[in-house]
Amino acid sequence: MADVNTGDGGGHGKHDKKRAKKASTRIDMTPMVDLAFLLLTFFVLTSTFSKPKTMEINYPADPKDKKDLQKVNNALTFIMTKDDNLYYYEGEFYPKNNKDKKPLTELIKTDYSKDGLRKLLLDRNKPTRDKVLELTEKVKNHEIADTTFKRMAVAEKGKKEALTVLIKSDDKATYKNMIDIVDELNITMVGKYAVVDMMQSELDLVNAANDANPAK
Amino acid sequence: MPRINMPKSSPGLDMTPMVDLAFLLVTFFMLTASVRVNEPVIVDTPGSHSDKLLPDNVMLISIDVAGKPFFNITNPDVRIKTLERMGAQYRIDFSDAEKKRFAGMTSFGVPMSQLKEYIMMDDVARAKVKSPGIPIDTTGIHNELGDWIQFGRIVELTREKAEQTKAKDLGRTGYKNEPLRYAIKADGKAKYLSVKQVIDVFKKFDIYRFNLITNLEAD
Repeated sequence: MADVNTGDGGGHGKHDKKRAKKASTRIDMTPMVDLAFLLLTFFVLTSTFSKPKTMEINYPADPKDKKDLQKVNNALTFIMTKDDNLYYYEGEFYPKNNKDKKPLTELIKTDYSKDGLRKLLLDRNKPTRDKVLELTEKVKNHEIADTTFKRMAVAEKGKKEALTVLIKSDDKATYKNMIDIVDELNITMVGKYAVVDMMQSELDLVNAANDANPAK
Repeated sequence: MPRINMPKSSPGLDMTPMVDLAFLLVTFFMLTASVRVNEPVIVDTPGSHSDKLLPDNVMLISIDVAGKPFFNITNPDVRIKTLERMGAQYRIDFSDAEKKRFAGMTSFGVPMSQLKEYIMMDDVARAKVKSPGIPIDTTGIHNELGDWIQFGRIVELTREKAEQTKAKDLGRTGYKNEPLRYAIKADGKAKYLSVKQVIDVFKKFDIYRFNLITNLEAD
């Protein structure tokens, strides 16, 4: 099919009778091509291409002493709840009628979009992020080594005054919500974050907020 | 009168470059791709911007939409030995044939009482079975998921140690073992609480570091 032997067509000269019939040295490649493409299709269909991507996360060990948890300098606490709702508050949590006579902590509503969560985090983590970006620039200009950069970036993110983020969830939030927050934290270069359990007083507040904004 | 001799053209094509190309592609796919295995559960992982690759040596817990956990270890030797220890713990004897089949399986989500039956099913029947998930009993003595994790880890550590001594005996100083990582592959729509439940089981064994599997999301 692919090669039609046309070697002995036409031109009957007078020497033709003595010559042996010219045999083609070519092989018909078509079955081979068929086979090759069959194999190709098989491999394309049965294989997974990319290895899955992962996100590394460290969970905090359960604290022996519950009081340690509260003392954070520059903290944001996110609370994930149903219908992809997200609330946060800054600093410490003050329940109703607390000892320090502080007003009840108010939950601020935000969302997982670029203008919500990312903007907030970029804003709050600006000092740390600027310093890490500065270091990245230095690596690009070959001023510091790669390993030095890694060490310095970790140190920068772990500084005492750097932003600390606590992630809490009630029983209605989805896993995707949690991944979204951790992802945004990685993007905005927040180094100190932890997924922790919620206190009952916080849960009450979230439930109240949920009741105030009923689902659409 | 001079006549122009037209070259005799063959109506056939030269297939050689095409064959070359096809085989090149075949070779490429054979070498780069890993075989896709049939998982008993479909997990739609959420997207993230992380581009880290999953390590090879992992203990994987999949969690489906309903929050049911599934268990998997990649290394077949470790799988077999873990099954033996689990069998001893739950007083179930597994035959050599069953162990061999188990080594070739992927993740599974059945309690120990149904495992024997599940292993001996053929692939078609197994695909139809609705797995109930590995039971997590946080208060009782028989926390099956906890036992799988614990025995899996013990067997893996024994293997690592054996490999290290072997390397030492052979005089290979540069030998570096890839440590076992704990991966969690949960569905984006699963409740966070069910993921937390699994993490709490890990926490009991002082394992705090996880690889959460996500899809790479472009944006």
